[in-house]
Amino acid sequence: MVNVPWTARLALRALKANKMRTLLTMLGIIIGVAAVIAMLAVGTGATQQLTEQISSMGSNLLIVLPGSTTSGGIRMGAGTQPTLTAGDAQAILEEAPAVDAVAPVLSGTAQVVYGHQNWSTGIVGTTSSMLTVRDWPLAQGRGFSGADVKNATKVCLMGQTVVDNLFGDEDPIGKNIKIQNLPFTVVGVLSVKGQSAMGQDQDDTIMVPLTTAQRKLFGTAFPGMIRIMLVKAKDTSELDNAQTQITDILRQRHHIGQQQDDDFTVRNLTQIMQAAEQSTKIMTLLLGAIASVSLLVGGIGIMNIMLVSITERTREIGIRMAIGAKTWDIRFQFLMEAFIMSMIGGIGGIAMGMSGSAVLSKIAGWPVIVSPFSILLAFGFSGAVGIFFGFYPAYKASLLNPIDALRYE
Amino acid sequence: MALIEADKISKKYTLGDVEVNALRDVSLTIDKGEFVSIMGASGSGKSTFMNILGCLDKPTSGRYLLEGIDISGLDRDELAEIRNVKIGFVFQGFNLLPRTQAIENVELPMFYKGVATQERAERAMDALSMVGLETRAKHYPNQLSGGQQQRVAIARALVNEAPIILADEPTGNLDTKTSVEIMDLFQRLNVENGITIILVTHESDIAEWSRRTIRFMDGQLMLDEERKATHG
Ligand SMILES: Nc1ncnc2c1ncn2[C@@H]1O[C@H](COP(=O)(O)OP(=O)(O)OP(=O)(O)O)[C@@H](O)[C@H]1O
Ligand SMILES: [Mg+2]
Repeated sequence: MVNVPWTARLALRALKANKMRTLLTMLGIIIGVAAVIAMLAVGTGATQQLTEQISSMGSNLLIVLPGSTTSGGIRMGAGTQPTLTAGDAQAILEEAPAVDAVAPVLSGTAQVVYGHQNWSTGIVGTTSSMLTVRDWPLAQGRGFSGADVKNATKVCLMGQTVVDNLFGDEDPIGKNIKIQNLPFTVVGVLSVKGQSAMGQDQDDTIMVPLTTAQRKLFGTAFPGMIRIMLVKAKDTSELDNAQTQITDILRQRHHIGQQQDDDFTVRNLTQIMQAAEQSTKIMTLLLGAIASVSLLVGGIGIMNIMLVSITERTREIGIRMAIGAKTWDIRFQFLMEAFIMSMIGGIGGIAMGMSGSAVLSKIAGWPVIVSPFSILLAFGFSGAVGIFFGFYPAYKASLLNPIDALRYE
Repeated sequence: MALIEADKISKKYTLGDVEVNALRDVSLTIDKGEFVSIMGASGSGKSTFMNILGCLDKPTSGRYLLEGIDISGLDRDELAEIRNVKIGFVFQGFNLLPRTQAIENVELPMFYKGVATQERAERAMDALSMVGLETRAKHYPNQLSGGQQQRVAIARALVNEAPIILADEPTGNLDTKTSVEIMDLFQRLNVENGITIILVTHESDIAEWSRRTIRFMDGQLMLDEERKATHG
């Protein structure tokens, strides 16, 4: 039969009687909770950013590069031989059942001019599949038509960064620009994608039809050559199948014998990114765990102060026992004090952690995210710390001998 | 059945090699409604005996029956409950909680009993007016005189309608005039409310308010005499 509101009032009164001490004790919890919140915010922010980058890259993505990698990871002339062609891309699309779309890429860097403005940017020769593979919708205009690729027309799609630098506020659709002094018509603008996982601005790009790039911009001695292929698998579960199928098809097309190494490399980008995401998550937990050590120290502070307080108030405990306080009345009273201290500390810590995170993101420019989960966690954790570290002192108080407690000087 | 029955109660303290026999084979009965004073030299075992009667302490040997119940068989919480509802303590040093208003001090035993808020406030006020302090309800102990503090303590002892009040030198810290007021209050509680009162005192003036005096010497009961009440 414990009276909770009364015990809470009692506890508050006892805490107020020693304001400075209470404040200092709570400071331990405040710092601990703030550290947990801030660390989790930094970790969650990093994870979130990575997740966004993964989805901005396109889902279920494989990348096929020319050249092989040995088991030691040393590139064996990758990219030196024109091992990939548009025909390979077409074959993969047609013959690999696990593959949804294939975007061949022949890219380079070029100077782009519009009126008096000029800008140097990456030119990507590709097909309309690129937009599917990378989950990259158009913001305005149209994509490449079949005729564009077939006839190698001089049209282009423009990333937002290029638009901003060349056109400012002007509408770029239908305007003519010059790429390497060849006139191109802007037919579409790509939607904003932001930074890539490697920190590149993905919107600083121009797409042209693959054939146009091959014949008019980056012509080589090998007609039909492409640099890389981006392949979208039908489903995440099909990524491995797609990888095997691509390997088989390319080995066959490139006439590679049983004992020979591949002259190309298939990378599972989604897997790589997911691994990175996983390790960021683990790092987040690790940061949180390290931060919670300070919360633990705060808890020990509470225990320490509660023990001091109980010694000081032995006589009060004796009086309470003499007039009928039972074991749990006493225990609950001191538990409540510890609990209230850690809860108020927890709230203060959450406030401090949130403002600290905000400052971090402002000053350091980190993407911090204070998740409701971390607040709940910190709150629950500080309450648990209060009860855990408050229990021993409360237990000790409740086992005092009433007569000894009453006589205590 | 006697209210209080002590049967060969002994209390031994061991301090290193030294053994102190604070009480030796004390046997006595006290009936409901009695007003008993306990006297004796310092160190004769009066407080030790009171603490055992009040279930704050247990005897080393012997049996103590309160309303026929053997106290030695009870656990901490059962003893706490007895102290809560059967016994009201009044101490020499008042033992009010600091930074706690008079009325809150009086309410305290009712909290531990689980009395509802409304009733608690009413009964605390009743108890305070019984000791003549209804106008001091919101005062803190350090804003009250010694006599007033002791009266708050008496109100606290009364509030759960305990049939027994145990007072260990309740007037020890008070001047003569205030002592008389306190003793008058005890007498009224004894006569009008039928509360059994047992009090320890060094002064025969105070003992004269009671109708029975018990005298301890070296932990032994030396004298047990009834007298006609000289007061009231
Ligand atoms: N906790 C204790 N440990 C050891 N000895 C004790 C303890 N409590 C009491 N005593 C001893 O028991 C004896 C009786 O003590 P008690 O307090 O009952 O005396 P008293 O009659 O109340 O004396 P006073 O009139 O001075 O209050 C004393 O010799 C005292 O030293
Ligand atoms: Mg004494």
